[in-house]
Amino acid sequence: MIVPNITVDALRHFAPVSPDWPGNEWWHWLVFTVILIVFILVMVIIFIWLERRIIAWFAARIGPNRTGPFGIFQNIAAALKLLLKEGINPTNADIIIFWLAPIVAFAPVIIVLAVVPFQNGALLADLNIGILFVVAISSISTIGIFMAGWSSSNKYSMLGAMRMIAAVVSYEIPVVLALAGVVLLAGSLSLNDIVIAQERVPFIVLQPLGFLLLFVGGCAEINRSPFDLMEADSELVAGFHTEYSGIKWAMFFLGEFGEMVVMSTLIATLFLGGWQGPALPPWLWLLIKIFIVDFVMIWTRATLPRVRIDQLMALAWKFMFPLALVNLIITAIQVLAWPDALPLYVIPINWAITIILVLLGSKLFKVGWGRVEV
Amino acid sequence: MRLRTEPFVLNIGPVHPSTHGVFRMRATLDGEVVVDLEPVFGYLHRGIEKLAEERTYGGVIPLTDRLDYVASVTNNLGYVLAVEKLAGISVPERAEYIRVITSEMQRIAAHLVSVGSFLNDAGAYFTPFLYMYRERENIVDLFDMVCGQRLLYSYMRIGGVSQDLPDEFLPALRKFIPRMRSRIDEYDWLLKENEILLARAKGVGVLPRETAINIGASGPVLRGSGVKWDLRKADPYSVYDRFEFDIPTGEIGDCYDRYRVRIEEMRQSLRIIEQAVKQIPPGEVRSEVPHLLRPPAGEAYAHVEGATGEVGFHVVSDGSIAPYRCHIRAPSLMNLTALKDMIVGWKVQDLILIFGSFAITMGEVDR
Amino acid sequence: MKFERYGIGIAKGLTVTMRNLLRRRITTQYPEQRLTVSRRTRGNELVWSKEKCTGCATCARTCPQGVIHIVTSPGEENRYNVEVFEVDTGYCISCGLCVEACPYDALFMGYAFELAKYRRGELVLSRDDMLIENKQASAYFHPENAEALPKQELLIDRKE
Repeated sequence: MIVPNITVDALRHFAPVSPDWPGNEWWHWLVFTVILIVFILVMVIIFIWLERRIIAWFAARIGPNRTGPFGIFQNIAAALKLLLKEGINPTNADIIIFWLAPIVAFAPVIIVLAVVPFQNGALLADLNIGILFVVAISSISTIGIFMAGWSSSNKYSMLGAMRMIAAVVSYEIPVVLALAGVVLLAGSLSLNDIVIAQERVPFIVLQPLGFLLLFVGGCAEINRSPFDLMEADSELVAGFHTEYSGIKWAMFFLGEFGEMVVMSTLIATLFLGGWQGPALPPWLWLLIKIFIVDFVMIWTRATLPRVRIDQLMALAWKFMFPLALVNLIITAIQVLAWPDALPLYVIPINWAITIILVLLGSKLFKVGWGRVEV
Repeated sequence: MRLRTEPFVLNIGPVHPSTHGVFRMRATLDGEVVVDLEPVFGYLHRGIEKLAEERTYGGVIPLTDRLDYVASVTNNLGYVLAVEKLAGISVPERAEYIRVITSEMQRIAAHLVSVGSFLNDAGAYFTPFLYMYRERENIVDLFDMVCGQRLLYSYMRIGGVSQDLPDEFLPALRKFIPRMRSRIDEYDWLLKENEILLARAKGVGVLPRETAINIGASGPVLRGSGVKWDLRKADPYSVYDRFEFDIPTGEIGDCYDRYRVRIEEMRQSLRIIEQAVKQIPPGEVRSEVPHLLRPPAGEAYAHVEGATGEVGFHVVSDGSIAPYRCHIRAPSLMNLTALKDMIVGWKVQDLILIFGSFAITMGEVDR
Repeated sequence: MKFERYGIGIAKGLTVTMRNLLRRRITTQYPEQRLTVSRRTRGNELVWSKEKCTGCATCARTCPQGVIHIVTSPGEENRYNVEVFEVDTGYCISCGLCVEACPYDALFMGYAFELAKYRRGELVLSRDDMLIENKQASAYFHPENAEALPKQELLIDRKE
């Protein structure tokens, strides 16, 4: 909602805002731990169901509809099946790391949600280094993937794991720079304050380039189509989870969809305005925004073909990294020029800069290697 | 300081998650780059040429269906033309028009399968594949109406076609043609300018023009390399010389060009069907041929433009009721000769895509 | 100057997919809903008319696979008594050449196709399983059977 004298209060966090949630009670952490675990598991199941149904609708067919009304028990059936499968351990595998890898890949997903606000002040821990916490913890799952690839003692798993680590590490940089732009606008690292700072205008309108970078970089980090070459069906190397079966594989699968939940939540919180909204309760607005972001991710998965591995790396380093730097510089200039409130005409300027940069980038960006002489 | 690496052999086995049947490639990889490739086929050999020597001339027709099982009408047509040339049988005019209409419908259906599989290999998660199959369902319904089967038709007979078109065929076909045109335009809107597809397929797997002519390639593989050669114009069979259509060609012969050639050929096939539906005369559809045909001793060769290229049938007869020898020139096998040169130097993901852009059918390669 | 590959192709693709999201689904829920097959369908069995058949065994000779097995004995008038008339539908490829070859119009293709059995031996149909009084014949090569059969449901006739 834009009022004529638009402000983005960069110094808002100095003024005290009374939260709607009574923090600092002794049961606060207990309630929130339960809420987080339930939230993640339920949302992962809903995401998987939504994805199967919506991709089917895009392709002129119906998704699963026999197990339960509208197929909602399909995932429970899948989980039961995976629980009952035999967990095969390869002979040469490093057993301890083999068993720990799925846990290391899945645990950060739940931990990261500790700093996401569901209502004003309703979060497990209102750390004042919120975004740093998010970036740091979500990098731990990369170690889990490397552990999986290494301990399988299978050269294809190792190759798949190396590819994946290279891709994730390359895309960390544009993602972190896009997050840094948001931090500059809001003036605080805490996620609750960032949501409060979007009271007048969500940041997607103010920083379209940052949103684009976070969305594309986020999709690449969580191996989502069009960047899903690690787990592709029509490629031949099956990736780092070749040797896993049963519940360990299920943890990787849940970890992938859990990261999708986390990325959608982050984008909804940082760019779309979090729990803000007119009439409905705030946590419902957050859920609606999460589902909107998820729908866009599913939509791109259904439409776009896959990129090649060297094109993936070239996109990160040669296209998105310079754009992220330029985004940061321009945001810094704007925040410095108008320290208390950004005026209204900044919005069209930012959109124009985004379009010009994307067009320039498409002119100058050469995609990947060609044929190699043998 | 260069890292010392060792190439390793990867067996892309006969059962692969990608499409296109049982084909085995032993690729030597150095990192991600393919250094050497050895194709191994023969897993689907059923001895069709030998079986053809034990059946009557009319009984070979169901066997020829099973060659290129995606486009079976053109295979039937090639064999039947060879036998008619051998025995000197003429075909009524309505049958010729029906042959042209069904061949072109079959070509559209086969190209839909090829393009859908190609896009599936490129990674779009089954969505364009299912859209193409939705359009193919309309064609297959029409074939079901005419001859009772949906995939392996055995519709042609020596001396014409097996049965006449039912009454509801031509109105349904007239409804189908504008719908298919608008859908092809929609698929162009979907994927023709897609940056990811352009990055994956443009410039990848180039087949130079001279190589294509030297190895005897035909069909969209040859036309994608820029050679304007189509049997329907170069050596017209049946009544193709009465229709007006163009031959689309590509420029440099990469995967993108082959994909565009197939899409444009679908549009030209729709043009031919429209003209044939306007010109079709009434009459009978089958001329009188003895039940156990004994052609005079001799040999004949007839070729047709199938969906993958030039399908040729060489029939040798010695005067008895069964052919003495029936040799089949399989276009997919000739096109595959260039596979190694096209793939060496590219990466593993490009290998899948280049192989998918050939659109071979293993039933033809192995017979 | 001309710009290309700046993302417009992806945007166009997304609109096409969105338009297809809003179209009707084309699948049917088998076995609750069934589509009507073509009237000329070559089903998985043969249908035989005992009155018209003379036991000439032209169908057995024409069959490319050799699935028809006929044993006859001399009877009255110009006809044979057909003792054994067995069709092994496990080997039959439903090509329809036998139906076209019959000179007395005594053999038809069947209309049913949901004929799976649990044992391979049960796929062999014997003489009394194929009588035309008990089974529905399809209109393949015999358009006079077409009136008794329902019209085929075409996908192109469905509303979008």
